Amino acid sequence: MLSQLLQFLFSGLTVGATYALAALGFAIIYNASGVINFAQGEFIMLGGMAAVALAALGLPLPVAIVLAVAVTGLAGLLIEKFAIEPAGRADVVPLIIITIGASLVVRGLVQVTLGKGTHSLPAFSGEQPLAIAGATLLPQSLWVVGVAAVVVAALAWFFGRTARGKAMLATSHNRLAAELVGISTRSVLLLSFVLSGALGAVGGILVAPLTYTSYDMGIMLGLKGFVAATLGGLGSGLGAVVGGLLLGVLEAMTAGYISSAYKDAMPFVLILLVLFFMPRGLFGAKTIDRV
Amino acid sequence: MKSLEVKSLTKVFGGLHAVQDVSFAVRQGKVHSVIGPNGAGKTTLINLITGIYTPTSGQVLFGSQDITGQAPQKLPALGMARTFQNLQVCMNMSALDNVMVGAHLRQNSSLLAGLLSLPRLRKDDRACRDEALKAMALVGVASSADAQASQLPYGALKRLEIARALMTRPSLMLMDEPAAGLNPTETAEVGRLIRQLADDGLTVVLVEHDMPLVMGVSDTITVLDHGSKLAEGTPAEVRANPQVIAAYLGAEAETEQQLEAA
Amino acid sequence: MNKLPSSTRALMLLALVLLCLPLVLPNSFYYDVAIRVAFNAVIAIGLNLLIGYTGQISLGHAGFFGLGAYASAILSSRYGWPPALALVAAAAGVATLALLVARPVLRLKGHYLAMATLGLGIIIMIMLTNESALTGGPDGMAVPPFSVFGRELSGEKHWYAVGAVALWLMAWTALNLINAPGGRALQAIHGSEIAALAVGVDVAAMKVRVFVLSAAVASVMGSLSAHYVGFVTPGVAGFLHSIELVTMVVLGGMASVFGSIIGTVVLTLLPQLLSAFEGWETLAFGAVLMLCMILLPKGVVPTLRARLNRSAP
Repeated sequence: MLSQLLQFLFSGLTVGATYALAALGFAIIYNASGVINFAQGEFIMLGGMAAVALAALGLPLPVAIVLAVAVTGLAGLLIEKFAIEPAGRADVVPLIIITIGASLVVRGLVQVTLGKGTHSLPAFSGEQPLAIAGATLLPQSLWVVGVAAVVVAALAWFFGRTARGKAMLATSHNRLAAELVGISTRSVLLLSFVLSGALGAVGGILVAPLTYTSYDMGIMLGLKGFVAATLGGLGSGLGAVVGGLLLGVLEAMTAGYISSAYKDAMPFVLILLVLFFMPRGLFGAKTIDRV
Repeated sequence: MKSLEVKSLTKVFGGLHAVQDVSFAVRQGKVHSVIGPNGAGKTTLINLITGIYTPTSGQVLFGSQDITGQAPQKLPALGMARTFQNLQVCMNMSALDNVMVGAHLRQNSSLLAGLLSLPRLRKDDRACRDEALKAMALVGVASSADAQASQLPYGALKRLEIARALMTRPSLMLMDEPAAGLNPTETAEVGRLIRQLADDGLTVVLVEHDMPLVMGVSDTITVLDHGSKLAEGTPAEVRANPQVIAAYLGAEAETEQQLEAA
Repeated sequence: MNKLPSSTRALMLLALVLLCLPLVLPNSFYYDVAIRVAFNAVIAIGLNLLIGYTGQISLGHAGFFGLGAYASAILSSRYGWPPALALVAAAAGVATLALLVARPVLRLKGHYLAMATLGLGIIIMIMLTNESALTGGPDGMAVPPFSVFGRELSGEKHWYAVGAVALWLMAWTALNLINAPGGRALQAIHGSEIAALAVGVDVAAMKVRVFVLSAAVASVMGSLSAHYVGFVTPGVAGFLHSIELVTMVVLGGMASVFGSIIGTVVLTLLPQLLSAFEGWETLAFGAVLMLCMILLPKGVVPTLRARLNRSAP
């Protein structure tokens, strides 16, 4: 009983760490610009697929990983430059469509260059499972959660301690005020897309050894990342992480105890419940309309 | 006969007493202004009366009916209309359509009737159109009937809101800073309009900063400061009230000059 | 003599086009495209009432389409219901579902509303995929032909007539609504909910009503599509289809009935044109979406109308 629960907990936290990174990506872009980047899921996919392709070219795994993250960060930059910036102050719906268009472009490019097949990466430190209280834990899972934790800590340091990071936070609180004190909101926006791209890529690369990666895995991952971000409270970094982990665990529990066929429905049922009963999520900020 | 009566109205936001124990009454067909320095709670008061906020305590009586805390969309049916400090014009519609929407409660707004374009509906709509054009002429924007609302200048939009409010055929109109952003000529026109509406029997509650307008158009005035009632009376009484002068002197010396000049 | 209002003239033009089109369609393939365009355009107009006129969002409308399609398929093939009855029952069922979820969902705004409707659509799709005993699962199920009063609809000419009539009726009723008090109330909700409340509009109720209307329209067209194609798969209720529907509305022009028709034409023809780029469709589609939204943020028809107004004396 306990071992089964632990098993689900392990797999839930593992995939939850990926959701957390995706949710953070959403949060960072949302904070910088108010845009919901529907291409976030494609960053995850691109990271994994790029790493696979680079490794297949013969590059050592660590190099392939670093390059893949860089490529995805670049993709984020390009999307900001060619999709978001030209749109200016567009309304919600056109912006959503633009980011969806961008996600299709990324997916289409991967499809054309790398094909429709499924691939995976070799596990970082071997496949020998560890036994803990009757449950098995793959070493890759430790990598996922561990690296994710390091990334989150690095982000917390960046936003809390560096001038750049604080400038980004300032922009998210009040764009006009930030511009007035000389912060280049344009470069903040650019940086937010690059960061989110890199974050997504890291998540995608981490889980690639566990779950197969293919050109169309981005859609669901992106949507679930968005659910996690909303669950935690759109715009809250802590909320993104908690939301992601919580979502992963709840999903694993649903698959284990209720029905694995409906495991994919659970995040969306959850988001409906969250939006109906606590739309600001766990850690979201209150907003007031002035009349 | 009292058209509107506010009794001990209080609104507390967290620790902030935005409106504290405010009471006043307005007689039918009179113009009653609510003035006070910025942050005095004037807009909060209007929002309390029109159901946007629910009072923490106190009552709002309209005619003989207790309308405390009633939802905003219930009030036009009772005869209460309002205009907004932050312009609430539908920029996605034409000026005329904006005004015609004011007749919503008197028209058949069911989707089915609209989809089928029933003949009775079309006839009513033509009558509504004529009425809307008359309302626009009354407030002075008749020439802009077919224009998109987004093409109209600010002053015209302010008056458009008044025309829309008039289409609800109200017996009481609450106007939140109708002269905000208007030049002296436009402000004087608004003043004339308000007097004309009052003379035709409409009760007007006016929240305003513009002292010449307030002093020229009001029958009675309530002065708010930091959420509480500071003074009340005719324009002459309020103008001479030392507490009122002190409240304004502390905030804006210009306004004091206006008080003396008006 | 007074000029006829522009909407009447446009409707007459639409009727003319619809009547004359069969004369120039060379073969079945083109008929098929025309029928698909007509069906999609009906849904797009209904969706535009919700998105463009009332200012709401729905990223899950394909869910209603799919429910209509599958309800018709299941009722007529597994339970032997007459297809016309199945269609009406499906629409009633979908309308009821929409009614149930509308009130809590439409209290939300912006991205939250988008997310909620998205979630709804995906839940519907997953259910359709999983309940394979009923729906045939991921492989889908066959749908019997549509017949009413014993006469069967078969062949492109019958279906073209259905599509053309449906499209003209939808355009006509939508234009009626926009110029009616109800339509004005909807647009006022989009412009300023507070102002709408101040003139007595029951904002929540009207949002629900237009949501249910557009959902029912999607369901009816889903049912018809299912009978026309003869087969239905869970993908029709999926996220991508929902996005296509929204794009037809936004691309053509929000708050423009003819914009929805134009948008549908473009978006239905586009994959046909892009099929020449074997394997590049997704990429090209995404690029076109981005370009259109960036260059024509108000949509094709409103942008053209504005250009024409500026150049006219």
